[in-house]
Amino acid sequence: MEFRPDLIIPELYQLLLIGALFIQGIADRPWMPRVGKWLSWCAGVGILISAGSLDLNGLIFVGSYRVDTLSQFFKFAVSFGFAVAVLNATRQPTLEKEKHCEYFMFMALSAWGLMILSSCVELISIYLALELASFSLFPLVPLRSGEKGAAEAAVKYVFFGAAATAIGLFGFSLILASQHTTYLIDFMQKPWAWSEAPMAVAGLTLFLCGMLYKLALFPFHFWAPDVYEGASNETVAYISTMPKLGAVVVLIRLSMLLKPGLEITTILALLAAVSITYGNLAALIQTDVKRLLGYSTIAHAGYVMVGLTAGTTEGVAAAAFYSFIYVIMNFACFWVICRIATDGRNLKLDDLNGLYKRAPGLALVLAVGAMALVGLPPTAGFMGKLFLLTAAWNHSYNWLVVIAAANIAISIYYYLNLVRHAYTKAAPESTPTAVPYPFFSLLWGGLLAALLILFGILPGLVFKALPPSL
Amino acid sequence: MEGLDLPVLSILIFFPAAACVGLFFMRSAQVVRVFTFAVFALEFIFAFPLLRFRLNSPGFQFVERIPWVEGWGLEYYLGIDGIGILMLGLTLFIFPLCVLCSWSAIATRVKEFHFCLLFLCSACVGLFSALDLLLFYLFWEATLIPVYLIIAVWGGSERQYASLKFIVYTLAGSALLLVGIIAFRIEGGTFSIPELMGRDYPFGFQIWTFLVMALAFAVKVPMFPFHTWLPDAYAEAPTAGSVVLAAVLAKMGVYGFLRLSLPLAPLASQYLAPMMIAFSIASVLYGGLMALGQSNIKKIIAYSSVSHMGFVTLGIFLFSMRGFQGALFQMVSHGITTGALFMLAGALYERSRSYEVRENSGLGKYLPAFMGFWGFMAFAGFAFPGTNNFVGEFLVLVGAFESNIWIGALVVPGAVLAAAYMLRPTQKMAWGEPCNVMEWKDLNVREWAYLLPLAFIVLYIGLAPTLFFKVMNPTLNNLLEMFKP
Repeated sequence: MEFRPDLIIPELYQLLLIGALFIQGIADRPWMPRVGKWLSWCAGVGILISAGSLDLNGLIFVGSYRVDTLSQFFKFAVSFGFAVAVLNATRQPTLEKEKHCEYFMFMALSAWGLMILSSCVELISIYLALELASFSLFPLVPLRSGEKGAAEAAVKYVFFGAAATAIGLFGFSLILASQHTTYLIDFMQKPWAWSEAPMAVAGLTLFLCGMLYKLALFPFHFWAPDVYEGASNETVAYISTMPKLGAVVVLIRLSMLLKPGLEITTILALLAAVSITYGNLAALIQTDVKRLLGYSTIAHAGYVMVGLTAGTTEGVAAAAFYSFIYVIMNFACFWVICRIATDGRNLKLDDLNGLYKRAPGLALVLAVGAMALVGLPPTAGFMGKLFLLTAAWNHSYNWLVVIAAANIAISIYYYLNLVRHAYTKAAPESTPTAVPYPFFSLLWGGLLAALLILFGILPGLVFKALPPSL
Repeated sequence: MEGLDLPVLSILIFFPAAACVGLFFMRSAQVVRVFTFAVFALEFIFAFPLLRFRLNSPGFQFVERIPWVEGWGLEYYLGIDGIGILMLGLTLFIFPLCVLCSWSAIATRVKEFHFCLLFLCSACVGLFSALDLLLFYLFWEATLIPVYLIIAVWGGSERQYASLKFIVYTLAGSALLLVGIIAFRIEGGTFSIPELMGRDYPFGFQIWTFLVMALAFAVKVPMFPFHTWLPDAYAEAPTAGSVVLAAVLAKMGVYGFLRLSLPLAPLASQYLAPMMIAFSIASVLYGGLMALGQSNIKKIIAYSSVSHMGFVTLGIFLFSMRGFQGALFQMVSHGITTGALFMLAGALYERSRSYEVRENSGLGKYLPAFMGFWGFMAFAGFAFPGTNNFVGEFLVLVGAFESNIWIGALVVPGAVLAAAYMLRPTQKMAWGEPCNVMEWKDLNVREWAYLLPLAFIVLYIGLAPTLFFKVMNPTLNNLLEMFKP
């Protein structure tokens, strides 16, 4: 098992970016180009590099780091999301100029952690990567000038994160004590039923808590709406999408243990059902757009779990597909929010009034994003839900499928609210008439919306990059 | 088919959607209207190859089948039979008239309105030609957003409430349909409707899938007790919206019964037929009575729709040839006459700014052409012999009496009610105390242009229905075979 640096080119490239950001952060010279300028280009190149390394394969770092189709797909998704997040945040109104380098460095570090996480197949490295991804996010939240709530949100985020980590570590120790290994591959041979290995089941359950915290699944969701409200729009765009990718990839790696019928799978199925229903019901009454999307995140975390509890390759593929699509559709919505909130304030639903007139293109992007989140055709959101439900049917949790499907009808109400305010309500006199940088905002927003439609009509494009058998 | 092998159905589906793009480059409202009308007219012409439909074949024709998503069994699978082609014809016939009837009524955000119409047309055509369960569902849901926007943006004063009620109601109805579709995929191994037909699914499975499908379709039709969204939506929608809702979208529900419920769950359909018949009779009588009590012209038409659609579903669940034929005739006829009535109501609203009967009375002397058309369509509405509705209603009644005299006896009052609720407002509108009528102008050329074709079809179906029988009979025979013991 020799070390092969060619397998980790996307990670190395990301590290290079981090290093450059670090240098510019501590020693900014007048001849250096502005961070916002060069970073989005370089992140764009990162997408190409990840795309180029999609079919690498190998096992390095003493068998704890697996490079396969699954990890490469998620690395691609992470670098895609990172590029969009950077692009989205370059003109952030609530971020002071001198903090730009640090802000993007932490963001890049977190994305780097997620990339590493998608390749880890050993518990200690999973833990390290997870912490790398989360710790770098903590400083992002309070970086919102002139907003007291941001500090509160950051404290909540840190404490919740720390508690989740502690619980996860405790579970990890239980697993180690009862199964005597940290390699996921060896876990396959061990029993995971309560009757045979109670300590391991308890440990795994606790370890999963750490993941579910990232995913914001009920009952680990309490931080989500508050943090979303406190952090700046651009930061939330990142927090609400990217860490989910990391959580999903680890859950996918663990899902080979989660055979249907096991206690732990049933618990996850239950949590998924509650999460979907709770998230949707709570979102119904929100008037703050970010809080609304925060609760919608909780519901979507539940949807992803539907695929994972199926315990089949289809289910896993569907979950991977859905989490990637979720990144695109959430970014599409946040893209519009960040463009409209020109002074970086939190948007109320009423702030969207008359958007069709002020910015018809952005209104269309928002409509496509919202309809994708509901899961209406012809958007990719529909295909994602369809694959999830199809994969889960007849794998012992049919009630979960029924609940998930019935929730589509609940969720239409609040997603439609976004569209309703944008399209059917007239704008008040006082709102600004135009959105700045119309070309920039329309080009990339339109691209996200176009991707949603494209993957809705041809989901095969994404499935080609997904592993045939996991 | 033989000879020229054009993918006719695909062209019909994608042409309006593709034409949407053209709207982005237009500025003048008038250009947008002319362009959209031209697109629909062309769409109608593009459908001419469908005339090569072979009458004696019960199977699906103009079939197109391409694998879509490998590994998940999704296919792009289209084709039409005797039922589909009638619905397709109705759709293609109604949409150009919708553009004409909203020519002056829609004055704001004209581009977006026609965008919705074009998109909606694509979805409807797709629905009536889909032979893949999932494709069916996809088009089914794709109709929701354009209709929602049409009601919510261009509707009457209560449009926000009505549109929200419409979309939440219909989506709630169809959310579980997705589960049913997935269950068929897992149970039958494919999404293809023709391949899923005529298999022996377990009885329990059939029962619950039938109920799930019936819920979605009954909301769309709408059948009593799932009709409560309808009066608001029909009354608040702009004219073209009401027309499309009544003429095309209501048919989607019934079409769903014929295309999915009956062939896929035959045992359950027969087992639950008494329930469906009871709901149908309730729709007929309740719709009729409610229509009798309305003073708003659009609400009268809306409730009359409930009543008429009750006849349709009744015809289907009688499981006899007469019933099926009557149901199909009634579907087409209801689309034509109710569409025409809504268009007339819209034309009247442009003059009086009101849908109330008492503010539109005494038209007979001053608007003779309008009143002539209204009277004619109203007569058609209560199935006067010689009009299209007569054929359908008569066949359903015959079927009802054939199957059980009591069912027949129960729905006959519905037919009588129809005369009452249509004649009452007609009489007031024609001979009542004239309000500001003197200032109004009679029908203009554009209004003549969209009413004449409708009137022609009403008489054509009413007097010479043979062609339609020839089109539908092989398919219906085939369908009926499944229920012969």
